[in-house]
Amino acid sequence: MGKFGRYLAIRSLYSILILWGVTLVVFGVTQILPGDPATMVLGPYVSEQGIELVNERLGLNKPLPVQYFDWITGIFVGDWGLSFQYEQPVYDIVVPRMLRTAQLALVAFLLVVCIGVPLGVVAAIYRGSYVDTVVSAVTYVWLAVPGYVFGILFILLLGGPVFYLFPSSGYVAPSESISGWFGHILLPSVTLALMMVAHVLRQTRSELIDTLQSEYVRTARLKGLDERTVLVKHALRNGIIPTVTLLALKLGSLLGGTVLIEYVFSYPGIGTLTVEAIHNRDLPVLQMSILLIAAAYVIANLIADVLYTYLDPRIEYGGA
Amino acid sequence: MSKNKRSPSNQTMTRARTAQSTSDRLLEIDGLSVEYQLPDRTIKALRDVSMSLEEGETLGIAGESGSGKSTLALAILQYLGDNGNVSGGSISFKDTSLLDASDEDLRSIRGNEIAHVPQNPQTSLNPSITVGEQIAEVIRLHQGKSSTEAKEDAIGILRQVNISDPEENYERYPHELSGGMQQRVLIAMALSCNPELLILDEPTTGLDVTTQSKILSLINELKDEFNTSIVLITHDLGVLAETSDRVAILYAGELVEKGTTSDIFSNSANPYTRGLLAATPDIETERELKPIPGNIPNLDRVPDGCIFADRCEFVEDECRTGQIDLEAVDDGSGHVTRCRRWEHVVDEPLKTSESEGTTSGPVDEAYDSDRKLLEAKNLTKTFGETGLLDQVFGGEQPVQAVNGVDIDVCESETVGIVGESGCGKSTLGRLMVQLLDQDEGTIEFRGEDISSTSDAFDEFRKDTSIVFQNPDSSLNPQKRVYTILERPLDLLADGAEQDKDERIAKLLMQVGLGPEYATKYPGELSGGEKQRVGIARAFASNPKFVVLDEPVASLDASVQANILDLLQELKAEYNTSYLLISHDLSVVNHICDRVAVMYLGEIVETGPKSDVFNPPYHPYTQALLSSIPSMDPEDDRERIHLEGDVPSARNPPSGCSFHSRCPKKIGEQCEQSKPELEGTNAGGQDNRHRVSCHLDEEQMNEPVRET
Repeated sequence: MGKFGRYLAIRSLYSILILWGVTLVVFGVTQILPGDPATMVLGPYVSEQGIELVNERLGLNKPLPVQYFDWITGIFVGDWGLSFQYEQPVYDIVVPRMLRTAQLALVAFLLVVCIGVPLGVVAAIYRGSYVDTVVSAVTYVWLAVPGYVFGILFILLLGGPVFYLFPSSGYVAPSESISGWFGHILLPSVTLALMMVAHVLRQTRSELIDTLQSEYVRTARLKGLDERTVLVKHALRNGIIPTVTLLALKLGSLLGGTVLIEYVFSYPGIGTLTVEAIHNRDLPVLQMSILLIAAAYVIANLIADVLYTYLDPRIEYGGA
Repeated sequence: MSKNKRSPSNQTMTRARTAQSTSDRLLEIDGLSVEYQLPDRTIKALRDVSMSLEEGETLGIAGESGSGKSTLALAILQYLGDNGNVSGGSISFKDTSLLDASDEDLRSIRGNEIAHVPQNPQTSLNPSITVGEQIAEVIRLHQGKSSTEAKEDAIGILRQVNISDPEENYERYPHELSGGMQQRVLIAMALSCNPELLILDEPTTGLDVTTQSKILSLINELKDEFNTSIVLITHDLGVLAETSDRVAILYAGELVEKGTTSDIFSNSANPYTRGLLAATPDIETERELKPIPGNIPNLDRVPDGCIFADRCEFVEDECRTGQIDLEAVDDGSGHVTRCRRWEHVVDEPLKTSESEGTTSGPVDEAYDSDRKLLEAKNLTKTFGETGLLDQVFGGEQPVQAVNGVDIDVCESETVGIVGESGCGKSTLGRLMVQLLDQDEGTIEFRGEDISSTSDAFDEFRKDTSIVFQNPDSSLNPQKRVYTILERPLDLLADGAEQDKDERIAKLLMQVGLGPEYATKYPGELSGGEKQRVGIARAFASNPKFVVLDEPVASLDASVQANILDLLQELKAEYNTSYLLISHDLSVVNHICDRVAVMYLGEIVETGPKSDVFNPPYHPYTQALLSSIPSMDPEDDRERIHLEGDVPSARNPPSGCSFHSRCPKKIGEQCEQSKPELEGTNAGGQDNRHRVSCHLDEEQMNEPVRET
């Protein structure tokens, strides 16, 4: 096994350990959640007998370790259990929601990459110029304003009376109507992108400025290379590494952390589903949603680490 | 085993003269002035500097940091940054005025006709591009060759700068190479288009003596082979004496003296040059070091008269007014000096009288086995013990940084530890003050094992201290000097509260700074001043034993001599013992009583300084000593060049760990059995001079054979 393969194996193993830890926490937390699931299913006025029946059917009267074991083995064989609320397989509820959130996250991510990185590069190259000053000032404002404020402003301005340019809520599958899908997904993803673009831009700018002042860039210039080659080949490649890692982490948080924006736009993603599941004590749905969100984070982290070591040959593949 | 005879200097001299008589002038700098614009002031970094370079000639440029050496190099390349500009004068290169050249012209000159080898090889190579590509890129650019041709050429050049396995190393990234190899790659890159002018900016600073000596002979070889003209910038006069035909000395942005290498080294007519020479330790002559007092001035205001006047020993009132012009010392050779009183300087050399006493050399009698202060036995330290997962997946071997070292230090004795980087000397120093815990071994302080009781350990802590190499990073930039010195007083000294101010003022006085320094921040101090604060901090608790970890390595020679003096004074006053860690043998030679030579975590030779630095010696010591550049330009003794770099401490060679590089290796015996540290006959008294080598004494006495 090569150095890189060894590193990858160790890292993946760590990721699996972390996910296992997550399952323990998720399971533990849902157990101590106040409110009895059976009562939530049946309503407030039920007999002891009814509750027992429901508990039996849902498997809630088994010992906790058995419940945990059933849940974990179920995940692997594709039997994610039944939703208490909808009496449907959890898989059929959670996965489509996750995919919708993924669409939102990807569009937002593309926007972040296409706006944040180039603007950061331009600001770094023309440091101190008019462009840089304007970009820096705007990013400070962006960083300071909470993201959902932009969301609400967009709804009021573009989705509401006067313009009615975009639908202010909901989701349309791309298979139904591409333009409908795009219309519904644009405002929430722009809002998400705005929340992140400032951070990515500033990171790109400051790293590239450092790189442009480095001694190896001076070496490159003193070799007689033209400014374009110096920038693209010698500076960007090194200056962009931290941004790539940051972007991978951002993707992770986009996949899991869009609750607020989904809520503002009534977007039927995994975030809104999680909130509903908590309200309804729908434990199987809640457990799987949290686990999926955590998995997205962990995988994004893994990608970030692996990309970093891949891009920067100086990084030692130090296992732990 | 490679050995290079330096080209005899009389030959170089002849060449310099003939070069001058013809008019093959390659570079002509005339009245050059450079300014840097800062937000609040203008720094006049170079003022009216003129010099010229003939084809095939090597011009050395020396001076303290801040004297404008690098600015001069970058001005030639027209790369002064956004805030630098040439405010006067001209630079012409082969009849082209570089100041008037367009960006496009400059691009075709840079890397092609004028190549630059920067300082700091670690940071000057692009970390994410293979070294081969970084060389091939220049060849493709300037010679329009195809990728395959460029690659072939690049491999050829790597071979020429003595990089082993050039095909393999072509594909490596800079961080996979040692410092010396990185520097060779930079030189290869500069040579790749066969430039007419090569500018080397501190090419060996930060390298070990052994590596430095190899790089210097490489430069000398390449100079002969390619007939390239060289501008060599360095603060190390020894390096200049080894390589240059002519030398220019810069001070605070002015050219103060210029002449042939022998003019400068044996017949200097300038007080500053003389000061630099007197401040540089020289291992061959046991002369006293004489520091240059004061600091290089700020260049935002240039005073009337001589800029060196405030630090000059020969200063008279006449020096402080008017413009000081360059005066010819000798009409024939072009030896000029910027000094009105140069005739006095030549007539009355600097006083380096022994009566001043502060730099008095160490006494051999400091060793007294009854007065042992500290004794370490079998110290061992391993880094990078791997975790369980790493072992499962086949992790790397741990590094044996220090391997069974015995060392003792007597009262008011200075023991030196020398060796190349990576030999474990800093780790040993840290173990000796327990900044690191040893894996094995014991330390006895005043005859008591410090780990036996917590009282013994507390006493040891109170009585020991350390001065770090880099004062920039070892002083907290957010704290005032007062707070920095207060901390050890609070923690370790018994003094009463009201004495504290007095004690801090006294400490500052003792390290040659006034009490007014107490309110300053480290950022407001010069490098030498910072190191003085570091020393004051180490002495705050009245320690009996201080580890000095490369205390002068980052300082200019003039300041270095000051600090060495100070250390000697403090030692006399506090009756302290030192463990001095240094890669610089001349520094060790200057202040140590006893010396231990380390190689790969082990001591290979130890004894009183006079024994270690004279035969018989361990072949490694012999190689280290022969690598030191000589201050005498006429000296053309042979150098021993150790092959390759220090092997990895993860996987040290079997038997004698030095066998893989030893020029005197006998045979299998060296590979299989590990020699013990054994006393030499010549060492005499108490077996104090001990060497770990399979050779017998006679063989150790011999010079290295020609191969």
